[in-house]
Order: sequence, then C-alpha cells, then structure tokens
Amino acid sequence: MAQAQVNVAGASAPARLPTPLAAGVRCDLAVEGLCKSFGKDREVLRGVSFKVHEREAVALIGSNGAGKSTALRCALRLIEPEEGAVHLFDEDITAARHHRLRKVRAEVGFVFQKHNLVPRVSALTNVIHGNLGRAGGIRGWSQMFASSELRSRAMACLERVGLADHALKRADQLSGGQSQRVAIARALMQAPRMIVADEPVASLDPVAGHEVMELFHQLTREEGITLLFTSHNIEQALSYSDRVLAIKRGEIVLDAASASLSSSDLSKHYG
Amino acid sequence: MADISETGRRHLPDRLERPGILQFMAYLLLAAFILWSFQGAGWSFSALVSGGPAMADFLSRAWPPSTERLPQLAEALLETFQMALAGTIIGIIVSLPLAILAAKGLARQTFISRTIYTASRLLIALFRTVPDLVWALVFVITVGLGPFAGTLAIAVDTIGFCGRFFAESMEDVEKGPSEALTAAGAGKVDTIFCAVVPAAMPSFITTSLFALEKATRSSVVLGLVGAGGIGIELKVAMDFFDYQLAMTIILMIFVLVLCVERLGSIARNRILEGSPR
Repeated sequence: MAQAQVNVAGASAPARLPTPLAAGVRCDLAVEGLCKSFGKDREVLRGVSFKVHEREAVALIGSNGAGKSTALRCALRLIEPEEGAVHLFDEDITAARHHRLRKVRAEVGFVFQKHNLVPRVSALTNVIHGNLGRAGGIRGWSQMFASSELRSRAMACLERVGLADHALKRADQLSGGQSQRVAIARALMQAPRMIVADEPVASLDPVAGHEVMELFHQLTREEGITLLFTSHNIEQALSYSDRVLAIKRGEIVLDAASASLSSSDLSKHYG
Repeated sequence: MADISETGRRHLPDRLERPGILQFMAYLLLAAFILWSFQGAGWSFSALVSGGPAMADFLSRAWPPSTERLPQLAEALLETFQMALAGTIIGIIVSLPLAILAAKGLARQTFISRTIYTASRLLIALFRTVPDLVWALVFVITVGLGPFAGTLAIAVDTIGFCGRFFAESMEDVEKGPSEALTAAGAGKVDTIFCAVVPAAMPSFITTSLFALEKATRSSVVLGLVGAGGIGIELKVAMDFFDYQLAMTIILMIFVLVLCVERLGSIARNRILEGSPR
C-alpha cells in the first residue's frame, strides 16, 4: 500500500482526534477480502480489506464507480458480498442470521447521500424511526404513537443538529442541508457506536456541506462515535479524518494517516 | 453554408423507422381487426341518424322531470350512496393488507413468500376481472335482495381495483427510505409501515377516492339486479314508460356523482397538502 509522506494539514482544519491506534484500541469494523460483482462483467469490489478503529474518523475516497458505496453497503450487508468477511464490533456479520444482523445494524448509524428520509412525515417521526432497530412496533412508527420518552429523545437528537424548531415540518419541505441534518439526527437516535456516511455532502451546497461535516466532526470528538465516510472532496477528506483510504477499480490502493497526506497525493487516485 | 446544408441533407435521419415485413403485416392485421370489431358491434351511422328523432321524442316526453316521488327517490339515492361508501371503506380496509402481500419486492424471497404473493395476485385479479354486476348477482343469491348484497359487490370490486393499484404504487416508491430503515436495523413490517406506506400514501388516497367515485356509479347499476339503491326505481320507471320520473332519477344520479367527484377532488387536494404526522 502506498504511504504518502507529505504533511499539508490545512491551517483551518479542525483539530483531529488523538490517533487511536495505540495499544488496546478496539477495531470497530474489520473488512477482509470483500468481493462483489454486478453481472458477469462488472466486478466492483476485488478483495477489499480495511479496518476502522474505535473513535477513529476514516475517509474512503475514490472516483465514481470505484466501489466506495458498494463497500459501505457490503459492510452492513445491505448488499450481500460474494466473498470475504466483515467483523462489526467483533461480530462476524457475514455469518449472522437475520435477527442478529438487525441487532448489529442498530448500533451503526448510516447516513446516505440523498438523506433517504421518509417524505410526507415530520422530521420528528423520521428521527423516531431511528429507534426501530432497538424496539419495533407501532409505537415507533410515528411521533403520534410514540411514548413521551421516545419523543423526548428524538427532540434531543433534533436539538443536537439544530433543528428542534423544525420538528413538525414535513421532511419533503426541508432544504437539502436540513434534510441531511435530520438524517444525522435519525442516526443519533440509534445511539450509535459508529456512523457510516456515504457521500453525505455530495448533494449539498458548500456551506451546508461544511456545516454537516462540522457536525460529524463534533460527534466524533465530543461523543466518541467512530466515523467512516466517503467523499469526493479531497480537502474535506483530509480535514475531517484521521486516516484516508483510497479505492480504485475495486481495490484499496492507499491507507495512510491524513496528517501525512497532501491533496496531490489523493488526487492521483481519481480517474 | 451551401456545403453545410448539403452535408446535413446527406446525413438526415429518416423521420420514421421503416417497419419490417412482419411488423407491417401485424399493423395490417390490427387495422383489419379494429374494422371487424366495429362491424361486430353493429356500428351503423344510418341507425345513429334515424335514432335522433327517437331521442328527441324521449327527451320531450321526459321533460319536465316529475317531482311527485321526490322524498322516496331521495331516500333511495341516499341508500345508493351509503352502499357505495360502506362498500368502498370495507374494500379499502381489506385491500391494504392484500396489496402488501401482492407487492413485489416487499418480502424476503422465500418459497412461502412467493406462494403468498402469487395467491394474493390471483385473488386480486379474480375480484377485478369479474364485473361488479356479476358479483351483485352472486350476492343476491347468497345474502338475498337488498342493499347488503350491493355493498358486498362493491366491496369485492373495490378490493380488486384498490388491491392492484395499492400494490403497484408500493412497488414504485423510492427504495431509499426503506434502505435507510433496514440499515438502522428495522424489521420488514416496520419498514413497510414506516417507509413504504407513507411514500405510497398520495397514490392510496387518489386511488381510494377514485374507487368511491366508481362505486357511486356502480351502485346505481347494481339496483337493476335487486341489490338495493335507486337503480331499481329507474328500471321500474323505464319499464312503465314513466319517462318524467326516469328523468328525475337520471338527474339525481348526475348530481350525486358530480358531488362525489367534486368533493373527492377537494378532499384529495386537502389531504395531499395536509400537515405531516
């Protein structure tokens, strides 16, 4: 694997977490030899392996079609990998049965590029949906049926992302940045140990994108949540991660500490 | 400039794709079948022209509409609408779970789920393809004459209508929200009721209101076979050549269907723009 040596951390970059690779730091996600094809001719992942440690922020970069999103989805078995193993919080989820898989998924907040909120229902209901992995049933379907405790927790999550005053607004009437923050609040409702974000700012304007990345940064720093995110923005990848992984044509081609990388080190992995 | 237009002319694509011989024969056969269908249907311009005076005669004998039995007719009209409303509500309630079972891609792919899917699809197809008048005849035999038979016929017809469209609208919803809830560890049932059903709700509302409009029109006809409502009054009036009374009934039906359509349209807009849950 390539190990870049250039150190160009931007002056305005937020202070990073202390590197978590000290002895005794647990590995939250370990992916080993993941392979996935779509049809005969489209091999998307070719033996992808990487690790994400507890409280670490890791950026996964790569050009369109490199396999970033597929790797994240395979890591949670939203897409079934053909080969390889995924250990999430020390549990082999490639072998996990449905019920067990749900329990493990409930500990990971997944934030999607297009936020994937349920339209026509309120932001509060969308946040309450984040609890469905822990307690299913009609009480978790809508804020109308939810217990006071559940509603209070959801409001606290909305407050955390600065949208408490939009609680009863319809999800499809929120701006792109607000929608993504509600999606993060939904992930927080899971009380996650780890957040996986698939190009979370790709569909946002630069200001909203910066706000969302700042929010992720606070969560990793203040609440110790592990973060794995994909990005096309090299500067963001360097600024908001402790480590950068680069994927090219379905293979990991770079795994290096962000502090040791420059923009030019990363830009050569595009195209 | 002349060169450019010359080059453009040389590369000009055909306006229409030239059909192959088989495709051309298929078009010819289709055209012949359509003409044959008109002949089979007894289509006659001369009959249409000669029918004009008869229509004018009917209208002159039917005007002015009779107001003699207005209270009784109003009661029958109310019964007609009650049949339509009750039948539609029962149909919608039954069709929702049936549509969930009949929607492709909502359940995990197992032998049992595929069997349930096929059975639900077949049941919905049966309810939809057999006309409501036939269901009314069946229910008149099984539960006797009156509005209950009509209500059941409308309910079955609504299950066939709503079941199909509810299932298709659930198949068509964006998969993103479902994927998000699955990623959060939600189960299948929770995912369906939290992500799929709310996303398909506008289509459910539109389909349900169309079903009510359709049921209102159907409930008039069901009376002709003794399944309650104002239909039987219309049949008796026509049989006894009481065209003025028949005209009253026709106008009452027209007003009822128009009101239902208008109120349905208002309700649709109000609900779709309504506040979130």
